[in-house]
Amino acid sequence: MASLLFRGLQVRPLCIYPSSLLTKKVGVFYCTSNSLHSQSVTTQNQPKTQSKVASRNQGTTLDKLLKDYEAVIGLETHVQLSTITKAFCGCAYNYGSEPNTNICPVCMGLPGALPVMNSKVIEYAVKLGLALNCKLSLNSKFDRKQYFYPDLPKGYQISQFDVPIATSGYVDLDLPLEYGGGHRKFGITRVHMEEDAGKLIHADGGNHSQVDLNRAGVPLLEIVSEPDMRSGIEAAEYGAEMQRLVRYLGVSNGNMQEGSLRCDVNISVRPRGQVEFGTKVEIKNLNSFSAISRAIDYEITRQVQLHNQGLAYQIVQETRLWEEGAQKTVTMRKKEGLADYRYFPEPDLPEVTLTKEYIEDIRDSLPEIPELKRRRYEQMGLSMQDVIFLANDVNVAEFFDATLSKGADMKLAANWIMGDIAAYMKNEKVSINEIKLTPDELAELIDSIKKGTISGKIGKEILFELIAKGGTVKGLIKEKNLVQITDPAEIEKMIDRVLAENPKQVEQFRGGKTKLQGFFAGQIMKESKGKANPGVLNKILLEKLNAKS
Amino acid sequence: MLTTVNHHHRVFLLHRSPHFILSPKSLHTFSPKCLSSSSQTLTQPPQNHPIITLPTSQILSIRHSLLNRQLTAVEIAESYLARLRHAEPKLRSFLHVADEESVLREAKEVDRKIANNEEVGLLAGVLVGVKDNICTSDMPSTAGSKILEGYRPPFDATAVKKVRELGGIVVGKTNLDEFGMGSTTEGSAFQVTANPWDESCVPGGSSGGSAAAVSARQCVVSLGSDTGGSVRQPASFCGVVGLKPTYGRVSRYGLVAYASSLDVIGCFGTSVADAGILLHAISGHDSFDSTSSMREVPEFTSKFTSLNILESRPLQGLRVGIIRETLGDGVDENVVSSIRAAASHLEDLGCSVTEVSLPSFSLGLPAYYVLASSESSSNLSRYDGVRYGNQVTADELTFLYGESRARGFGPEVKRRILMGTYALSAGYYDAYYKRAQQVRTLVQKSFKAALDENDILISPAAPSAAYKIGEKKNDPLAMYAGDIMTVNVNLAGLPALVLPCGFAEGGSAGLPVGLQMIGAAFDEEKLLKIGHVFEQTLEGHSFVPPIVAGFAS
Repeated sequence: MASLLFRGLQVRPLCIYPSSLLTKKVGVFYCTSNSLHSQSVTTQNQPKTQSKVASRNQGTTLDKLLKDYEAVIGLETHVQLSTITKAFCGCAYNYGSEPNTNICPVCMGLPGALPVMNSKVIEYAVKLGLALNCKLSLNSKFDRKQYFYPDLPKGYQISQFDVPIATSGYVDLDLPLEYGGGHRKFGITRVHMEEDAGKLIHADGGNHSQVDLNRAGVPLLEIVSEPDMRSGIEAAEYGAEMQRLVRYLGVSNGNMQEGSLRCDVNISVRPRGQVEFGTKVEIKNLNSFSAISRAIDYEITRQVQLHNQGLAYQIVQETRLWEEGAQKTVTMRKKEGLADYRYFPEPDLPEVTLTKEYIEDIRDSLPEIPELKRRRYEQMGLSMQDVIFLANDVNVAEFFDATLSKGADMKLAANWIMGDIAAYMKNEKVSINEIKLTPDELAELIDSIKKGTISGKIGKEILFELIAKGGTVKGLIKEKNLVQITDPAEIEKMIDRVLAENPKQVEQFRGGKTKLQGFFAGQIMKESKGKANPGVLNKILLEKLNAKS
Repeated sequence: MLTTVNHHHRVFLLHRSPHFILSPKSLHTFSPKCLSSSSQTLTQPPQNHPIITLPTSQILSIRHSLLNRQLTAVEIAESYLARLRHAEPKLRSFLHVADEESVLREAKEVDRKIANNEEVGLLAGVLVGVKDNICTSDMPSTAGSKILEGYRPPFDATAVKKVRELGGIVVGKTNLDEFGMGSTTEGSAFQVTANPWDESCVPGGSSGGSAAAVSARQCVVSLGSDTGGSVRQPASFCGVVGLKPTYGRVSRYGLVAYASSLDVIGCFGTSVADAGILLHAISGHDSFDSTSSMREVPEFTSKFTSLNILESRPLQGLRVGIIRETLGDGVDENVVSSIRAAASHLEDLGCSVTEVSLPSFSLGLPAYYVLASSESSSNLSRYDGVRYGNQVTADELTFLYGESRARGFGPEVKRRILMGTYALSAGYYDAYYKRAQQVRTLVQKSFKAALDENDILISPAAPSAAYKIGEKKNDPLAMYAGDIMTVNVNLAGLPALVLPCGFAEGGSAGLPVGLQMIGAAFDEEKLLKIGHVFEQTLEGHSFVPPIVAGFAS
């Protein structure tokens, strides 16, 4: 950073209205890196966030290292709120907009401009605070956190310092089964409201940087955990649970690639049995849950090895960056004492006062949070595998719940969703909200199979049609004449025809080659265009084959 | 909103023959020769002009003349512009004067409306000076700092917007101490403004330009800002009415922040009525300032009593507390005697005047400087060389910041940033900032107690009359001490009105002394009512500086 030439670093919005900025600056800034764009949307709803968090090999070496040492891990999570407007002005924020198109005097920090609180931010903070079982401060306030950086237009960030809106909570979660499973409860130290900064764009090979203030003033909630985690898996799962939670609550899209959810890790290692913590290291630049897990495992290994070599003094309080390419952490900056942000109460904003009624109204409107959903599914009798899968994605869980509310069989609904529907979504890279199948129709489909109106095989066929094109189960059955044939007389006719056409095989069967039953059944099913009820079919078929022997 | 129809109760104000503005003929014949002859009239004590002994509302006079078709807005604008140009080389009140064409264009628009019998706002045709730390979209807004040199905001401050909506014409941006930090206007990065009563004296500050401009009748009224006395002290030095409203009464949106919890936009006028009318125009809740109050804004001037029907003791029964701590050591004798005289004048009007003690009074000054400096160190962080001022080329970011700020800020601003940064630093916060906040609470409580017992409190607006340019420039502590009379009011967020009440020695005609009246929160109405009676009954003084008398004659 320091080596950059700041000669050309400038946004010059001084003489022009923001609106004229748009026209003027388009083309001057070309936005961020391509990688950010290419992987946006699709990952959001894919229920795989918690898989493959660490390689097995590293796991075993780690296990050895951790025989004598223990890692202490806490996370700071920044959640970008999906409010319509920014925290303190009327600007919208749309990820990926042309630089400096969503800005105004307030978020640009122009002289004389003043912040005005967006009450949605408080509502979302209260929602999250309640969902994290926190104690809410009826009177909290905003403070200014002061530091200089070109992406910080006012020279201070409006944040909350000594009186955050929520404190002393906890979160429950279930570890993925592939890592041994288990339930965990991690403490939440605090949740506070603050504003985001802008972004610096470093032109390729240029001797200057540019400032994009679109993100400046976007509301954030910072969630600080207790140092309750002991492994990369636990930390990654904590992060994943935060993502689930904010998506369940609808306060953020929780998208890590877009930076809507950002996790910084604090980690120290100490010999087992030691009470005081080891020297804390902060890790930044963690863009996925698996990166969190891998970075922590790397860092534990690094620190334990230093301990083992008698070089523990080389572990210093510092900020390290996770390098995804090299799969290691490197020093970003060493902290010389604590940074002094000279916090003081923000005089431009009144205190935040919450009434009991306000809090209760929000509590009453809270949706079922992931932990409650999982416990409910568990009690319903679903396997832990199913529970974790279904509750992972709020949209999938809502789809499942809606299907059940139409009277569908729970186990069958779970199987359809986790099987063919999930496979389709994965292949087509779509979310459950994007498929054409509705919970109503899935329930109808399950019911039709259960009642015997259609066969399971036919059910599977029309499922894909329902997913891709929509329509109703009834309509498709009628349109394609797919109603199952259960009339024994009709099936018997088909059996007779097939047996007559294959005398040789009939003889072989009767000669003891009973495996041929499958051949006949297949032929008859083909004759019926798949519509014959397999039970009836097999029953009559066996009768016929055995009768004349 | 004030409209023409309900003005009859104020007609008394118009009974007086309108003076300065209404001498267009003499203005038209204005020549350099007149100028030189005017310097002779300066020697004449203005007290000898009985016609201008009592202040009248220029705003209402203008309105009267316009609506009665006695004068056009263009004529009025021209007369002020002429006086502005005449005085400006001596006073240097303005950092930027509006383009004459655009002023006249706006005046023509007023005339057109009047000719068409369209409704015009109460400030129609009124030339308003605006302190240069208040944003205007059509003029630079530098806050008197090099770091904002050439800066043109993309928006009007809410107060400016409201003035324009009522037909007011912004005639220019007035000089100030950089970012409002100072009490002499010598702290401007661009020029030093002179006191219209004695050009070798300071006009006070930080709103020295606004005060001097109104005093010299370069404009009708003006907007200033008051963080620790920056409206009231220059009003006192320049012999005009200065009104600092309750914190939250006027939106701060568009006021370049110095100390956000203390800053208010205030008004200057040559009469209490004008200050009140201007305040009414700019008051009210603003959705762009969450510290602005939702309270209703009363018609501040509606309870003004007509002189014709003034009883002998119009303020009968009012309790006035004179603050003991403001008349002790370190306060000029001239000032003390003027305030004592003002107190007995109030008694003559029917008030009961008693001494009150505010024990925390002397604590206010250090508390003010800790809080104001702390907040300013934060508010001025945005001027980092990245976007404002001359960016110094640097290989390292910290050097860019350091150099750009070192070159962009003046010494007083740097001093306060350093003090504030220190006060907010880890380990010092409790000893300075927190303690100062505790003092602030004490000050608020003691004012509250005193105002429970009294309708208003009175004190000098400054310990002395205007002093010489350069006199305190290198002695910041002496300058800070001059704010003792005013800072407590900001700490308590209360409204205060300063109006001229007497003279101290100095200049050719003496230097004006201001009386400060402090009221309960949001009770500007009472202050203005008392102030109006006071000014209309104060005989034997004229607060028109020689520079004006000379020009008009």
